[in-house]
Amino acid sequence: MAREITSQRKTINTVAAWAIGLLIFFPILWTILTSFKTEAVAIADPPVFLFFDWTLENYSIVQERSNYGRFLWNSILIAVGSTILGLLVAVPAAWSMAFVPSVRTKDILLWMLSTKMLPAVGVLYPIYLLFIQLGLLDSVLGLTIVLMLINLPIIVWMLYSYFKEIPVDILEAARMDGATLKEEILYVLTPMAIPGIASTVLLNIILAWNEAFWTLNLTAAQAAPLTAFIASYSSPEGLFYAKLSAASTMAIAPILIMGWFSQKQLVRGLTFGAVK
Amino acid sequence: MKNTARALLGAVVASLMTSTAFAEKLTIATVNNGDMIRMQKYTDDFTKKTGHTVEWVTLEENVLRQRVTTDITTKGGAFDIMTIGMYETPIWGKNGWLVSMNDLSAEYNADDILPAMKGGLSYDGTMYAAPFYGESSMIMYRKDLMEKAGLKMPDAPSWSFIAKAARAMTDRSTETNGICLRGKAGWGEGGAFITAMSNSFGARWFDEKWNAQFDTREWSDTLNFFVNMMNDAGPPGFATNGFNENLSLFQQGKCGMWIDATVAASFVTNPKDSTVADKVGFALAPDNGLGKRSNWLWAWALAIPAGTKKEAAAKQFIEWATGTGYIELVAGKEGWANVPPGARTSLYKNPNYTSVPFAKMTMDSILSADPNNSTVDPSPYVGVQFAAIPEFAGIATEVSQEFSAAYAGQQTVAEALAKAQALTNEAMEAAGYR
Repeated sequence: MAREITSQRKTINTVAAWAIGLLIFFPILWTILTSFKTEAVAIADPPVFLFFDWTLENYSIVQERSNYGRFLWNSILIAVGSTILGLLVAVPAAWSMAFVPSVRTKDILLWMLSTKMLPAVGVLYPIYLLFIQLGLLDSVLGLTIVLMLINLPIIVWMLYSYFKEIPVDILEAARMDGATLKEEILYVLTPMAIPGIASTVLLNIILAWNEAFWTLNLTAAQAAPLTAFIASYSSPEGLFYAKLSAASTMAIAPILIMGWFSQKQLVRGLTFGAVK
Repeated sequence: MKNTARALLGAVVASLMTSTAFAEKLTIATVNNGDMIRMQKYTDDFTKKTGHTVEWVTLEENVLRQRVTTDITTKGGAFDIMTIGMYETPIWGKNGWLVSMNDLSAEYNADDILPAMKGGLSYDGTMYAAPFYGESSMIMYRKDLMEKAGLKMPDAPSWSFIAKAARAMTDRSTETNGICLRGKAGWGEGGAFITAMSNSFGARWFDEKWNAQFDTREWSDTLNFFVNMMNDAGPPGFATNGFNENLSLFQQGKCGMWIDATVAASFVTNPKDSTVADKVGFALAPDNGLGKRSNWLWAWALAIPAGTKKEAAAKQFIEWATGTGYIELVAGKEGWANVPPGARTSLYKNPNYTSVPFAKMTMDSILSADPNNSTVDPSPYVGVQFAAIPEFAGIATEVSQEFSAAYAGQQTVAEALAKAQALTNEAMEAAGYR
């Protein structure tokens, strides 16, 4: 029998949820506010929250100094490209693990996840040398491949979890009706797993968008995405907080807007199978 | 007439083809410092003169250091020119990773480069990077607070005067700290300051046989003096303050004195950002009567990685960016206070520049730092606030972490020094120095 939730408890829950949400969002809000301050106001002590002379000067400086469009385009190419490439590998892999498991499937899944525990810097030199040999240094293609490989364990894990929720009988029925493996995955499995695939895609795009180790270390001028754009505004000598905040706001804005509009799918996908 | 037109057209096409054939696209890695950003703004002037274009990769100092180190050690070739400092240049030059700068053109006049800068950017007599701007460290102080405390800042003060003035200027009720200094962990942050300070107390990192010297009285005196003065007159939480934190405090009128990079002079006297712009005086970094001052020496310089296919164009850029023509270009557009300082002797003979308030003190500070003879007792290393050996950055970062823990009161000075001694000797032994 479901527990009855009193209106008082409901209010407390709502207030608590809002408080936690605002707490999590506060650093982003502060960054956005700082981007509209002068450098002097940005470092004022005590800090100024809302009542200051708002200025767009930092955005104008950032626009003048950097080719934002190019950084943004590279970010889009790398994030979307690595996600599509990842799905092409992960969907068949997750299918086989979910529907045709072997005795070692669990071990393989754990091993895949364990690669995420390796500190990235540990393989920087081998990857860098490989990139030099293959001519992939400072290229969108190279970065797309690396980010796809980095996020692949997470994509496989997520898809595996979603696929496991789909009754195997439906796939068997499709097979009995004469569906080939390709048709089974494309026309039967994929439509049923759309919420899961959508949330995997969204999460992977966010992860790729925010990745800052490989994107800084494997790029120079041509393939640098928005993470490099942000890094160019930090300085150990001189005030930079307001300009850095403007650059950060411009860098996170696209992904924030995308996240806002797709939050329903994202939450649905992330909680898929969590409550039975 | 027809023939003349043809000839003219031919000449134009030939000239276009020639310029296209030799036009290169240079990729330059640099730091996000004011002077570097200004240089990016004037790149069109270089393109107009040479036909070469430039792609900038601007990164935060530590990210840049990691990025260019990875590239040069793997011969990646991602950059045609790298912005590096005095620490890396002699080490990379010794390893054969950089192109020699000894053959720059006569018009460039390499003899005009300040000897201290040239010396710090050379290895075995060969210059491997051209200084874009140089800096030392000096005292920036509030003239009004000094006067209120009934004191007068000498041009070349001692540490005992600084400590006395710091305590006299401190007023906790108005959040006025007598002195703001770097305490933040990191070899280029608090590590650089305390090393330069230790030179004036007669301390050194290593003896002539590369034995660590943190168990000496000189190091104990340095650290105890620093901690006592900062506890009495420094800002709360000074153990985590670096350049930017102290700049922020000074600009808000919360520091009586600040000893830091000479480049800060233009920030604290800029009325747009600083509330005390018209109240700032300058003095040489303090000494302790032992013949060494506590100022450092640093240069951000442009170097060409060995093996680049665009060496000629890269050298053209370096001659443009670090030559006297660029200084005149910036002076003409933005005034003499904004030209890159500390690299050329002729700049300090120029009456237009010497009338800038902090010019003389910057020059005097740079001239009083000698990277080849930075310690009272002889030492085996080159460098004022660092020892130019590859292992130093790693060791000094760990040592400065121990020191910062002592500043924060998490351990005693004696404990920090004992740990620094042990870890330094261990690392030097592992590296084969001992």
